[in-house]
Amino acid sequence: MKKSKILIGAAVLTIAGFFAIAADHIDAPAVAGGTSDITDVYAFQGQNTNNVVFVANVQGFISPADTGTATFDENVLVEFNIDNDGDAIEDLVIQAIAREGVMYFFGPTAPSQSGLNSTILADTSNSNSVAITPFLSNAIVETNNGMSFFAGPRDDPFYFDFGAYSAIIAGDATSFNSPGQDTFAGQNVLSIVVELPKTMVGTGDSVNFWVETKRKQ
Amino acid sequence: MSKYDNNISNKQNTNNMKFNNIKLVAIALLVSFSAYNCSSDDDRPTGPTGPNFTGTYAQQDQMARPAINTVFVDMADKNTFNTTVPSNQGAAFQTKFEAKLLALNPGYTTNALGFDAPTFTGALATDVLTVSLTGTTTFFDGTNVLTGRALVDDVIDTELLLIFGGPTGADNSGLTSDNVDSNDKPFLSSFPYLASPWEN
Repeated sequence: MKKSKILIGAAVLTIAGFFAIAADHIDAPAVAGGTSDITDVYAFQGQNTNNVVFVANVQGFISPADTGTATFDENVLVEFNIDNDGDAIEDLVIQAIAREGVMYFFGPTAPSQSGLNSTILADTSNSNSVAITPFLSNAIVETNNGMSFFAGPRDDPFYFDFGAYSAIIAGDATSFNSPGQDTFAGQNVLSIVVELPKTMVGTGDSVNFWVETKRKQ
Repeated sequence: MSKYDNNISNKQNTNNMKFNNIKLVAIALLVSFSAYNCSSDDDRPTGPTGPNFTGTYAQQDQMARPAINTVFVDMADKNTFNTTVPSNQGAAFQTKFEAKLLALNPGYTTNALGFDAPTFTGALATDVLTVSLTGTTTFFDGTNVLTGRALVDDVIDTELLLIFGGPTGADNSGLTSDNVDSNDKPFLSSFPYLASPWEN
């Protein structure tokens, strides 16, 4: 039984090398397993209910043994996009990019252009930074002007029996197992977390949110 | 003294050593060092001595709702989906999403939201996450639907239910939950909310 589980695990990892896996972990050939691969996006009301929290996770499937050497790629811009008028076009962005152990944040501010290419808005007045928390250290948090910032390794918060799902998709099973087995258990990701007053992102009842990664050309 | 000041100081020490017989240069450096320290915004990461943020950054990945690219986009289109701006995704991908939905569940009629296949896939193809600014934020909590995504939300079960569960959620009962109902570590009630990483 144990051996077959290991074999299934190996098969999942092999499949994962070629095919997409949920939530957005290694979702496409161009980003699979790379430093610009977004694994998950979260957006929720903060502990202070006047605030909203945005989370972007990148670089999934980091084992505990590899977490100490996992780093944010300084050539990859992580851009939080906020549409506050319902047209699915970003009105505000929060840009996050690492430099020498520090994560820099610019925004929320209007982008110089919407769409697929970005320049870093380093001159915005909403400019912040936080030291990237090293593995095995307590979370380092910076707060400024009502905003809070974190960057560093965390437990991958995603959970899913991907093994059973792929067996179903492959026609090798007709239903999920009970109990299921969390394919993402014991794995870490690199997380960027921003909390800010809701008034900084929009004045309506809701906003649309998504995250992009963009590589320096 | 900030990190930038240290960088400048080190650089200038090197420069001073290199040109220590050229007094004018040394004086000029001292002047610029003093002037920089007198500046009120010497902690800002911009300027000629801070980190370099120049250049153009081109899109590689994007994501809002969980597992959309994974579940609904064919392998040949996955890179394209990631580099299609959300405002163009509906026109480019709704038809393909509908075909994928009907391949996954040939018996699909409507789902628990009352959406027929074109309506459901039209909503999914524009991959943005709606986030409420006025109350509960959840992917689905039994009452509220798509008002955000909280860490605890069982988003996979929600998506399975909407894909396979039919109009009442009772269809295909073996396919509407993966029977993994929570994360393998508890989340924090305060910032940064995500659990600490697994250790060796």
